[in-house]
Amino acid sequence: MSLRRVSIEINGQTYEREIEPRLLLSDFIRHEAGLTGTHVGCEHGVCGACTVQMDREPVRSCLMLAVQADGHSLRTVESLADPDGTLHPLQQAFHESHALQCGFCTPGFLMSIEPALADARDYDDDQIRELLAGNLCRCTGYQNIVTATADAAKRMSGAERSA
Amino acid sequence: MKPPPFEYKDPRSLDETLAVLAENGEDGKVLAGGQSLVPLLNFRLAQPSVIIDVNRVEELSYLRRGDGKLRIGALCRQARLEQSPVAREGWGLLGDALKLVAHPQIRNRGTVGGSAAHADPAAELPVALACLDARFKARSSRGDRVLEARDFFVTHLTTALEPDELLVEVEVPPLPEGTGHAFEEYSRRHGDFALGGAAVLYTTNGDGSCTDARIALLGAADTPLRATEAEAELKGKQLTEDLAAEAARIATRDIEPTGDIHGSGSYRKRLIEAMVRRALLKAAA
Repeated sequence: MSLRRVSIEINGQTYEREIEPRLLLSDFIRHEAGLTGTHVGCEHGVCGACTVQMDREPVRSCLMLAVQADGHSLRTVESLADPDGTLHPLQQAFHESHALQCGFCTPGFLMSIEPALADARDYDDDQIRELLAGNLCRCTGYQNIVTATADAAKRMSGAERSA
Repeated sequence: MKPPPFEYKDPRSLDETLAVLAENGEDGKVLAGGQSLVPLLNFRLAQPSVIIDVNRVEELSYLRRGDGKLRIGALCRQARLEQSPVAREGWGLLGDALKLVAHPQIRNRGTVGGSAAHADPAAELPVALACLDARFKARSSRGDRVLEARDFFVTHLTTALEPDELLVEVEVPPLPEGTGHAFEEYSRRHGDFALGGAAVLYTTNGDGSCTDARIALLGAADTPLRATEAEAELKGKQLTEDLAAEAARIATRDIEPTGDIHGSGSYRKRLIEAMVRRALLKAAA
């Protein structure tokens, strides 16, 4: 099987590797780049745990071949917190609202939600539930994830500051 | 699981793609958005020896209006079609259907052409396209041909595309003024495959009587199914609750959906009937 040389940017760092074309992007991120914050659940696109952003759009990394990401720019959960460890407002809201228990699904949720929050507006519960519908969580019952997302949206839209 | 080994080709132009298909079509599988094919690879239900990845054929990613028709390049992402003001304005049924296709993360990658060529009878886009009288443009190094939905969709996961042919465009004709649209389906959870559904386009003239009705069924057969008898029944009449119920009964009279652990065949038949009735009333409202 012939190997392919790829160059994939993840969180601002470029990873050049020789890989088999059948290598899934999720496995490239975890095993080649060593970024194990991205979790792999069902490996057929149902659970959303492996969601990352490619060119700012949330995608399932288990449903892409790593060769397809050649030349593209990815973001994973490791990009959210500041280098000094200060949590992203979305992570902080998850923490405060107890929006995670085991944490396995959390990176996927965060990467799915984060681009929507960049729109800096408030979301109602239905819109938030639509936003979360592609990610499964087996611990929380979702209520606290909805609460945390609404809270983060408020913080990021500046509503809290102006209130 | 992980995909089995395969040879990987990623042509950069349509011409190059057609050349690769002419050489490898028999053993090859075209990879577009990958939201159906990659799970099949991961499960090893599909084991093609060659993967022909068309994601870098940017000339197929267009979405535009031309001669009044909506022209959708095969590689146009579903999310782009869903968010397109042009599509929303003239072909609202597409937006109705796309909202029901899995989740935003899937629609960011999934393509219109890929969903059509995958030909899953439980998928929303093929049903909407059949309802819209869309035409499917296939191209190979031998030339072009254009197929109607009823000829394009052959059976479960099978289209009329030859091994060396690529679906290059889906062409959707304009709708007459006064056309309402609705897509109704039932699934256990939002984003799951639906157990049954229906797409409806309903056109009325000034006094409210029906000049054209189109009904396409989801999950009723091995392809999207047009309910032509029920469509004829509606023409020239004003829609009432009773007429909608009667048309839904006619639309589903002869279907025999396959049952599985999620619902028996007879349950699905009644479900699709209810979806037709609801979609008719919604499209006519």
